[in-house]
Amino acid sequence: MPWIIKYLWLIPALPMLAAGLSALMPRRCRVPSASLAIGSMVISFLLSLCAFSQTLGHHGEEARQVFNFNWFQFGDQWVQLGWVLDPLTAVMLVMVTFVGTLIFIYSTGYMSHDENFMRFFTFLSLFAGAMLGVVIANSLLLLFICWELVGLTSYLLIGFWYHKPAAAAAAKKAFITTRIGDVALLLGMVWLYSQSGTLLFYNNGGGCLEQSSLSALVAHTTSIGMAVSTGIGLLIFAGAVGKSGQVPLHVWLPDAMEGPTPVSALIHAATMVAAGVFLVARVYPLMSAGDGHSLQVVTWIGAITAIFAASIAVAQDDIKRILAYSTVSQLGYMMMGLGVGGVAVGMFHLITHAFFKALLFMGAGSVIHGCHEEQDICRMGGLRKFMPITFLTYAVGMLALCGFPLLFSGFWSKDEILHAAHGWPVSHIPFYLGAAGALLTAFYMTRQVFYVFFGDCRLHLGRTTASERRTVEHAGVSVKEHPHAELSGDPHESPSSMTIPLVILAACSILLGFLGTPAWPWFQKFLGAEVEGFNPAVISLMVASSLIVFLGMGLGWWFYGRKPLQQSEQPDPLQELRPDIFALLRHKYYVDEIYGHTVIAFNAWFARACDWLDFWIWNGAVQLVSYVVIGLSWVNRCCDDFVVNLGFDEGCKGVASGGKILSRLQNGRVQNYLRVIGIALAALALLLIWGCRPS
Amino acid sequence: MSHFPLITVLTFVPLIGAIILAGSDNKAVARWLAMGMSLLSLALALGMWKCFDASAGGFQFEERHAWIPALGAEYRVAVDGLGLLMVLLTAVITPMAILASWRNEDRPHLYFSLVLFLQSGLFGTFTALNFLHWFLFWELSLVPAFFLVRLWGGPQRAAAATQFFVYTMVGSIALLLAFLGVFLATKDGANPGIFDFTALADLGRVDGIRAGVAMNLGFHLFGHAFTASAMTELIFLGALLGFAVKVPLMPFHTWLPSTYTEAPSGTTMLLTGVMSKMGVYGFLRILLPIFPYQMQALRTPLLVLAVVTIIFSASAAFAQRDLKRIFAYSSINHLGYCLLAIFAVATSGSGLAAPATEKAAAMSGILLQMFNHGLTAATLFWFVALLEQRSGGLRGLHDFGGLRKVAPVFCGMMGIALFSSLGLPGLNGFVGEFLIFKGVFPLATWPASLSVIGLLVTAIFILTILQRVFNGPLNSKWAAFPDLTLGERAMLAVPIALMFVLGIYPQLVLGGINHTITEMVKQLPF
Repeated sequence: MPWIIKYLWLIPALPMLAAGLSALMPRRCRVPSASLAIGSMVISFLLSLCAFSQTLGHHGEEARQVFNFNWFQFGDQWVQLGWVLDPLTAVMLVMVTFVGTLIFIYSTGYMSHDENFMRFFTFLSLFAGAMLGVVIANSLLLLFICWELVGLTSYLLIGFWYHKPAAAAAAKKAFITTRIGDVALLLGMVWLYSQSGTLLFYNNGGGCLEQSSLSALVAHTTSIGMAVSTGIGLLIFAGAVGKSGQVPLHVWLPDAMEGPTPVSALIHAATMVAAGVFLVARVYPLMSAGDGHSLQVVTWIGAITAIFAASIAVAQDDIKRILAYSTVSQLGYMMMGLGVGGVAVGMFHLITHAFFKALLFMGAGSVIHGCHEEQDICRMGGLRKFMPITFLTYAVGMLALCGFPLLFSGFWSKDEILHAAHGWPVSHIPFYLGAAGALLTAFYMTRQVFYVFFGDCRLHLGRTTASERRTVEHAGVSVKEHPHAELSGDPHESPSSMTIPLVILAACSILLGFLGTPAWPWFQKFLGAEVEGFNPAVISLMVASSLIVFLGMGLGWWFYGRKPLQQSEQPDPLQELRPDIFALLRHKYYVDEIYGHTVIAFNAWFARACDWLDFWIWNGAVQLVSYVVIGLSWVNRCCDDFVVNLGFDEGCKGVASGGKILSRLQNGRVQNYLRVIGIALAALALLLIWGCRPS
Repeated sequence: MSHFPLITVLTFVPLIGAIILAGSDNKAVARWLAMGMSLLSLALALGMWKCFDASAGGFQFEERHAWIPALGAEYRVAVDGLGLLMVLLTAVITPMAILASWRNEDRPHLYFSLVLFLQSGLFGTFTALNFLHWFLFWELSLVPAFFLVRLWGGPQRAAAATQFFVYTMVGSIALLLAFLGVFLATKDGANPGIFDFTALADLGRVDGIRAGVAMNLGFHLFGHAFTASAMTELIFLGALLGFAVKVPLMPFHTWLPSTYTEAPSGTTMLLTGVMSKMGVYGFLRILLPIFPYQMQALRTPLLVLAVVTIIFSASAAFAQRDLKRIFAYSSINHLGYCLLAIFAVATSGSGLAAPATEKAAAMSGILLQMFNHGLTAATLFWFVALLEQRSGGLRGLHDFGGLRKVAPVFCGMMGIALFSSLGLPGLNGFVGEFLIFKGVFPLATWPASLSVIGLLVTAIFILTILQRVFNGPLNSKWAAFPDLTLGERAMLAVPIALMFVLGIYPQLVLGGINHTITEMVKQLPF
């Protein structure tokens, strides 16, 4: 066994260790904690490269190597955990550590003035460790453990500026919404465990994703006629829906933008939200086993999410929220890709998206930083003159996201999904939804870029900025995201610690696409997909999707590029066109409100009802019993006092008074006694004389 | 080791401490003496853990002496993995409870004397193997608990203490009557009856109690004779009531929120940390082995009650505004999972591939959950005690806000304890819950599926606590809120470290109780 398999655990363990150490450091140790975090990530990156090189030269199944060990015992069974190195793991490892390292470096600039700087790096390192744990896990249990820890760090980092009520609420919302999916995942996990007797994915033929176990799962059916494998697959997918922000559990992800921007880039764009997609890819053998119904559900949910979120993004004004909805939409594409085309298709988009979306978020962070914490795109404009590097790199990211033909990675990965959707035997509707989503994506990204970088600068200097207004409104006290943000001066380019990662990511956003073109599908082969030879029919589809992109960008230019916005208060051109639809989109189809009036209201009502039941019914019954008992004792007492005692007392009194009368007789005087005796004798004598008289 | 009466010594060390303390009047000496005695018990318990032969399943450290042969009463004490784990839990929680009440200035010698008295009662309950002897300790532990609540409690202490005492007493009387029935039913020739748990379990496995009832007990009501089955069910229900009140199982729980809330926090730590485990212990030691068929017959309604307990208590916790009440309901919720698992294993599981494995998982989960809940809940009430000390008695959900800014260490450490209660992997709560669900899901699929709602609602109210108390803008009233002192950090570091250790390496506990689990599963007749 190569040494890297045995020591693969070091890759997540190093950032965890860094997190543990810096958690114990005092708050002033800023430089040591940041260097510890970055250093551990760099070493993990190098180890990941070693692991990656180990898998090169093999394809798919034969490249897989595992290391399993015992964790704990119940009865006579051991629960086993383990890690696996296969192409899927290797690709994710390299991506997470590479993007992570860049974002760590970027954060030293972005967070440099925050008083909890080192706490930030503690949480980031903990996140990186947990995420890498998800990636290498060879056991659904270990994956679940790390999955929950990832959720915890997401909670901690969204609520990093905990003094902002909006951030505290968003953090809670994120944790609870994802936990809805997680409890389903837990059920799926225990079901899988009881059916296959193991949670190890691969264990030399004995794992739950291997043939013998899968065929048993397919053979069993549940009471409602569904194959057990489908039931388990759907429960596991529910976990992925929560984590990856798919409809209907997408509501937490846009709110998660309350966290610092590097967090949005790392966790809520590149890595954690993709963990759901990764999970489906990991258990793909289970999902595709049997009738494949669970994969159909994956496809439909993905397709609906893709168009749903993209349409919302059209009407948003917050630069980060637009990107958040875009992330939700792209995650939908990935799910759809998994559903229609298999692991390689979905994962390819996951990897390219990680790079260009991290780039876009970090670019947005740079814009926000340069505009003194302004996030409203209506209040920006003309920034290409002030922030050239940010503008150029942002443009690369935007073109990649839109899927601009040939040169950009997003084109190749998205095109492949559409191609696979086109060939999906079940239905063509996901293909049309995906195509419409692509049109909207090109449209809203063009709108955003024109608003932010073109036209005249509408940044109202000297006024309170939007984010500050927000915090003041919520908090009632003056707390700013960044205490250092001076409110005067032009927008400015960001420091090199922030721009250099942007440039590197921009380069990757272009180059990565060439690893998976139809002409040279290296990536797909590496992940073990069966690639048919180059098919000229692909060309026509490519042309079609390019036309869609051009149409979307053209419409964007028509609405927002011809006449740039002059005033920040000016209504959106789309709003003037169709105010009703615009309002619907702007309010995100009122999903939050609907949930607020149904699920959340029901939960609160149910809690009150339980409390009421507790107080009035359960406690009331007890009180009733106790009152009955107390009442009975009262009756008893009354009997005692007024019946038993009274009679007894009267009797006693009678005896006593009788005694008193009689006692007069016995007063101890001899004369009295003699007198009584004398009278009695006289009476007796008279009686005898009277009685003895002869008749 | 075999001749040293370790369990007797362990039980009487706190009792002697209690007697000495009751006579002393120096406050400082009282504290240190109480601490010393509880640490001595801890050392003895740890020694027992170390000398315990984990590779053997049965009872160890056994002491057996005749007591009142005519009543079938013996002095018989011994521990298996279950008893040992509970002894260890008692020994761990008591010093924590003493530390949490350290600043008690109101008759501390009496207070600590009662705490030690309670500890002695608990040790006795977890080691006695003869009903009369066991029942004596079971009741004895109630007396100090009553006085602790009655004399040192909050404003409503009189009502709460009375309710607690009377309620538990009713359960105990039902239990006593039930065992009187068992005793009379097991009369056999010269033998007046059986009170020995092991012997009763041997009978229970072959449904011998019912046979005895048929032979020795007849009961007529309005001219109708009760069948032996109905009579045995009645006896079972009596015993069940005693334990259901103690755990508690809904709807026999209403004494708990007010008692936990009114008791001084140090006492609440003992109530929730250890005394609530007496009920679960009773289920495992007495009900399940002695009345397996009766439990199987009533399994469905009992499972329904367990699910109701889990969901309703979590939701009721969400509706509370007092931190102590929230944790009180959360305590009901956490022990509800134990009850769910106990009822779930009372079946043959004949449709399953490996029912014994699932039962072992559920059993291991119960034991782990008992220990972990004791540790976590006691720690949480300790934090509430510290919060009350700093806020002058306030502990409402809305009395604080933004404390993280002024007391980051307090928030961080309490946050860990809260997440442990939530069942976050990596901390102690998770493994027990995982094992319970792993075992219960195949044995009782729908109750397990419904019970996850409890997990979800728990997350909601735990995060609401974090949001309201620690996050958000700082409530200006608490601008000078002091963070944990170095001493407090050092004390709290112990339970927090235990949470991590048990979360990452649960084998530490499971390795010791494993053979007991296998044995218990094997003892089940189906």
